[in-house]
Amino acid sequence: MNNQELIDKLKKIVKPYIQNQEAYENLTEETKFIEDLKINSANLVDVILDVEDEFDIEIGDDEMEQMLDVKSSIEIITKKIA
Amino acid sequence: MTNKESYEYILKLLPYTEPFLFVDDLIEVNDMGVLGSYTYSPKNHFYRGHFKNYPITPGVILTETMAQIGLVCLGIHLLTQKENITDQLQIAMTSSEVEYLLPVHPGEKVLVESEKIYFRFGKLKCKVEMRNSEKKIVCQGVISGMMKLPSQQPLSK
Repeated sequence: MNNQELIDKLKKIVKPYIQNQEAYENLTEETKFIEDLKINSANLVDVILDVEDEFDIEIGDDEMEQMLDVKSSIEIITKKIA
Repeated sequence: MTNKESYEYILKLLPYTEPFLFVDDLIEVNDMGVLGSYTYSPKNHFYRGHFKNYPITPGVILTETMAQIGLVCLGIHLLTQKENITDQLQIAMTSSEVEYLLPVHPGEKVLVESEKIYFRFGKLKCKVEMRNSEKKIVCQGVISGMMKLPSQQPLSK
């Protein structure tokens, strides 16, 4: 799976939780979940759980804390599915 | 029969007091859920206004009762499995979706039962239902909250 495919999958996962439609439509690797997409921290937990289900991986507490933007999330997912 | 004394430590760690404590008794607590009860005293101030001359327990109070028994007591149980806690926990209700089926009158005793959906990354999500003394469901739904030990990073945003 290439980076763009991963970003597309991630984009689909975050969709139900975003509060900023404009930032969502212009989503890039630099997009931050809380600051840009306005996902609240409780819903960010659900994003991570949905990522686990989608990619069939398990995310640890330390990794979850790093997954605050698209880029770092893609890095962690890539490492896990490799 | 379970040993009620063994749940005393949970009640002691609840971060509430009168007039906003809605837990009387814990009947059963395990890793998957909680069963507890509460009796609404007719003296509660909200009965004077909800409604005029027709006191009914407000839905927000029912939801709060479901959250205190079903979520917070379960969260304390789960967190104390990992670490010995003595200080007050940091907690926040983050979402609730509840439907209300029957009225709860002043003086009624209710039973609250929760079932854990997940407890991950500090977020506890549970299916919770409340029954009256006739065992009829008065309200039910899904409630989530964030819970952390006092030693952990503060709850963000």
